Amino acid sequence: MCGNEALAEAAIIAGLDAYFGYPITPQNEISAYMSKRMPEEGRVFLQSESELAAINMVFGASATGKRTMTTSSSPGISLMQEGISYLAGAELPAVVVNVMRGGPGLGNIAPSQGDYFQATRGGGHGDYRTIVFGPSSVQELVDCMPLAFDLADQYRMTVVVLADGILGQMMEPIVFERKPRRKLPPKDWALTGAKGREQNIVRSLWLGDRVLEEHNYKLQAKYEQVQKNEVLCEQYEVETAEIVVVAYGVAARMVRAAVDRAREQGIKVGWIRPITLWPFPTEQISKAADEFRIFLTVEMSNGQMVEDIKLAAAGKTPVLFFGRPGGGIPSVDEILERIRQLTIPAKR
Amino acid sequence: MKPVFTRTATLKDCPTHYCAGCGHGIAHRLIAEAIDELDIRGRTIGIAPVGCAVLAYNYLDVDMIEVAHGRAPAVATGMKRTNPDKIIFSYQGDGDLAAIGTGEIIHAAHRGEQITVIFINNAVFGMTGGQMAPTTVLGQVTATTPQGRKPVGEGYPLQVSELLAILPGAIYVERCSVHNPAQVRKAKKAIKHAFELQLNGAQGLSLVEVLSPCPVYWRMTPVKAMEWIKKEMTKVFPLGRLKG
Repeated sequence: MCGNEALAEAAIIAGLDAYFGYPITPQNEISAYMSKRMPEEGRVFLQSESELAAINMVFGASATGKRTMTTSSSPGISLMQEGISYLAGAELPAVVVNVMRGGPGLGNIAPSQGDYFQATRGGGHGDYRTIVFGPSSVQELVDCMPLAFDLADQYRMTVVVLADGILGQMMEPIVFERKPRRKLPPKDWALTGAKGREQNIVRSLWLGDRVLEEHNYKLQAKYEQVQKNEVLCEQYEVETAEIVVVAYGVAARMVRAAVDRAREQGIKVGWIRPITLWPFPTEQISKAADEFRIFLTVEMSNGQMVEDIKLAAAGKTPVLFFGRPGGGIPSVDEILERIRQLTIPAKR
Repeated sequence: MKPVFTRTATLKDCPTHYCAGCGHGIAHRLIAEAIDELDIRGRTIGIAPVGCAVLAYNYLDVDMIEVAHGRAPAVATGMKRTNPDKIIFSYQGDGDLAAIGTGEIIHAAHRGEQITVIFINNAVFGMTGGQMAPTTVLGQVTATTPQGRKPVGEGYPLQVSELLAILPGAIYVERCSVHNPAQVRKAKKAIKHAFELQLNGAQGLSLVEVLSPCPVYWRMTPVKAMEWIKKEMTKVFPLGRLKG
């Protein structure tokens, strides 16, 4: 099973009621898989006429209280940003998987991490956030799907799973875990027909003096809860390290191999791997920021997450960058070479 | 004394934000009456457009959602596919349905979605200040056609209902008007029929286009606006059942 199919099955296990999507490479295995499996489960599969339509079908299904998702790749995700902004405004839960490819524009179909800014900064118009996962293996991709649905329902937010062409196409052994779920609030806001109750209204328009301002404060308070409670991050040998390499997604796999080899050569190096890209592990990075250390950020882009590392390091630690955009993949040798070239600040 | 005409239950008792002589109020009432007569308030979900009628949920006492400009048929699709027992309708203007939302309405009809679309055609973008719409008639002066709409460069008025009627997935398409009481009664009948089709599980999309006055951006009195629908609009948008 490739990553795309695995995440699809994980979503079905997590209780996905309806899948809507439009073809785009490199994630087409998802809709092919869904078109077979969803009807088998008596659930909804629909190939939409565009990504715009797909995200709005998600909007509609979600408003009625159903678990729903769409998947796409970079150019298609750009088209969905209008809908994601409306989902944020209307506080509707949704899961969006972006199997990233090279950009800008039509770019290419090679794996990339060029959509970090778009995913972690909201992406559409207005003052909002989405929860973003950056899994680095097919197993982690599979594991984050049920959590994505739970978080979406708990916080009434869009959760973006930021994969890439490698993860989508790669085959790895996996286990589908059926862990106990979070206790979730009832969806008493859902549109189910106002039988025996007052009407429910799902809206993102807030007219009147300060009404939208108050709505934005409410959203902000929710985002602060997410930032406080939902950060996921992994780290290795940071305490003894003079160099800390930071990477997410598949880039972190190359980093892990390069760090192991550097350590064999006696270089004091460790790594930090953000799993949630928003909420970002600012605190973990900040704790590791030390004037006697160097941070090296490795990405499959021209440097996007590196800005969050710099913010977290707050000038205490030099932050360097190595990356390859447009479908380039930093090799273990290249990363190792960058690590070896670094000059460590004067010892404690 | 026995009242012979009262507010229908699904129409809320509140002041209107619509301008004097606007047709939205009539259309809202017709929808509310149809819902009450069919006794489907408890299973109906409505979709408000972007435009003056974005606040339709302030008047229609059913579960409602507000969606991005033009996307209502896609949202309705998401709702109906996951809730086949619910009655889903969208309420869309000509800017919403005939301009930015052409892709969504054509494909919802093409797929034969079992939804009901109430399409309000007032030949302008009302909320944004009376700009030209695809349905603006030739010679009509709007905020963006100060010399009147010209076919060269600005195109002919778009007859969306005729376009949709040729699709097998659209099972019922009718164009009505609210310019006099007789037409209002016909519009009511059409709207109710469209809901009934969905209620009976008819396999396809039902759409009722309603020619509706916008006196403010037509620069007319309410009475003149009603006359203009009859004299000018119905020439370009002939009334009657196009399909079904």
